Amino acid sequence: MTPIVRRHGATLAGFAAVAVALFAVAPSVLSTFRLSLLGQFVCFAMVAVGIGLAWGRGGMLTLGQGVYFGLGAYVMAMHMKLDDAGPGGVPDFMQLYGNGEVPLWWEPFRSPVITLVAVAAIPAAVAFVLGWAIFRRGVRGAYFAILSQALAAAFAILLIGQQATTGGTNGLNGFRSFFGYDLFDPVNKRMLFFIASGALLLMLLAAWQLYRSRYGELLVAVRDQEQRVRFLGYDPALVKTVAYVIAAVMAGIGGALFVPIAGIVSPDDVGVVPSIGFLIGVAIGGRATLFGPALGALIVAWAETSLSESFPSMWTYFQGVLFVVVVAFLPRGFASVSALWRRRPTPATEPAPQRQEATV
Amino acid sequence: MDALFAQLFAGLSLGSVLLLAALGLALTFGQMGVINMAHGEFMMAGAYTAFVVQSVVGDAGLSLFVSLPAGFLVGGALGVLLEATLLRRMYHRPLDTLLVTWGVALILQQLARDIFGAPNVEVRAPGWLSGNVDLGLLQVSSARLFIIVLSVAAVVGLGVLLKTSPLGRRIRGTVQSRDLAETVGVSTRATDRMTFFIGSGLAGVAGVALTLLGSTGPTLGTNYIVDAFLVVVAGGIGQIKGCVIAAFGLGTLQAAFEYSTTASLAKVAVLVVVVVFLQARPQGIFSVKTRSLV
Repeated sequence: MTPIVRRHGATLAGFAAVAVALFAVAPSVLSTFRLSLLGQFVCFAMVAVGIGLAWGRGGMLTLGQGVYFGLGAYVMAMHMKLDDAGPGGVPDFMQLYGNGEVPLWWEPFRSPVITLVAVAAIPAAVAFVLGWAIFRRGVRGAYFAILSQALAAAFAILLIGQQATTGGTNGLNGFRSFFGYDLFDPVNKRMLFFIASGALLLMLLAAWQLYRSRYGELLVAVRDQEQRVRFLGYDPALVKTVAYVIAAVMAGIGGALFVPIAGIVSPDDVGVVPSIGFLIGVAIGGRATLFGPALGALIVAWAETSLSESFPSMWTYFQGVLFVVVVAFLPRGFASVSALWRRRPTPATEPAPQRQEATV
Repeated sequence: MDALFAQLFAGLSLGSVLLLAALGLALTFGQMGVINMAHGEFMMAGAYTAFVVQSVVGDAGLSLFVSLPAGFLVGGALGVLLEATLLRRMYHRPLDTLLVTWGVALILQQLARDIFGAPNVEVRAPGWLSGNVDLGLLQVSSARLFIIVLSVAAVVGLGVLLKTSPLGRRIRGTVQSRDLAETVGVSTRATDRMTFFIGSGLAGVAGVALTLLGSTGPTLGTNYIVDAFLVVVAGGIGQIKGCVIAAFGLGTLQAAFEYSTTASLAKVAVLVVVVVFLQARPQGIFSVKTRSLV
């Protein structure tokens, strides 16, 4: 056996399992409709991987990942709308609600290249400006959580308010093609699922390498003892901002792939409620583990769909109870269940208890 | 000139609503570091209390004055229940309280939906609160004036309680130094519970007040919770005066931005102002002075 297999056998087996499940098992047992649904959940799982990085490893409770998901999603949706309208054309809803002209800030997204860059670059830029401004001044903990939540609220309100250019509460929908591929063709739907699954795998690989790197160590150190890291000569603000930006990019890509699969993006997908909703899967899976967040997100999304199909109001109760039980009693998610079973703590991934300070 | 006064009043009115919503939060967040996302749902419970009281009492004026203390008790009872069952166990994990109370908020919302139905319900305002009052310079809505008076009364009442009563001394002591307060014999456990009762009760009162401005629905709380938290963050923890200044400051700003742009842009602008403001004062307007780093 090569050294890497010996040292990381379990992790590599995990990657293999995810790959087999997504690329072999799911397409062969699920109908096209269910496969599309799973594709949407895979997009949520991408957001979850980012949250695992920022929250689990970095200790930043970000309640606004819906914003970055939404930025990626809306960028992609704008491109697809313009693409459907043809060169120089105007998207249908603008003729309905607006003055029938494409606003200037939409124009760049006619280009597929700019769109693909912007899907990652715009969330990254917003996250960098906000993260740098907040972390540089030592604003953290609850203050950061509240500001990120306010961002999600403001973003959703902004989208709703600008009906003529963002589609308002309806959002953007009714897409026909994705970079020239017909979205109604089952083959293309399957292709989209594979693209999303591939993106998720790549993100997991990236997260794994990050966690193993010096930077990953530093991030955990900042989470547990920010002052000591500062005294060692590092800049905690920079360390945190980098993790926050990476999380935002992952959410943005997830959003961009969500749009062609789901066929719609609306303010309901990006506001305060969905932004916090992303967290429950991460908490269940184990926020500081590698596969946990993605797995938790998939399970929660699947449970939500199957439960709310049969009992619409039950799901809300169930989600509320999940938040209470998992966060209060199983702070490390499934990981704490297995640790209880093995009676062996996993120190590297266990967040240190937060000390209550005057500056929380 | 009239427009200016109208703007000022709109800002004051918005600020007083924010203040009522944020006052209890500032108290519990300041003392215990608990981030109570269910605070908005306690407001919603207060609003539904007003609805229930009115369907029993009938007379709009009488029901308002029964609702205010009833809302306080309902909000406070919910708060104590939450504190005793869940939050007590997790004071050392402030960020996790946020998620746990969010779960509680979801449950309370769905309960309201199942009990009272998804459509909004109306609470009739008494006759003397449904018109306008002539203040000489401008006509103002009497319901909004009533809420301003109510918020001032809440601040004064809370201030007097904190400054003069034995309970207030214990609360202030616990805020300043939990360990020292314990050392001199203050039961911080019991104090925490009383603080939570008062803070959550204020949410109930805020909910009753909100019924004067609009209809009551299961998501009433979510509409205010984010803004209320912004007020707490901008005001700084542990002191009421920061909360008062931040509430009226943000209220005035929001009203002014709304006047010059749109409501949705105003929200974004207010958020930007708060982030920029925290660059200058990361701890908010007022903060308890400590020798700790950062």
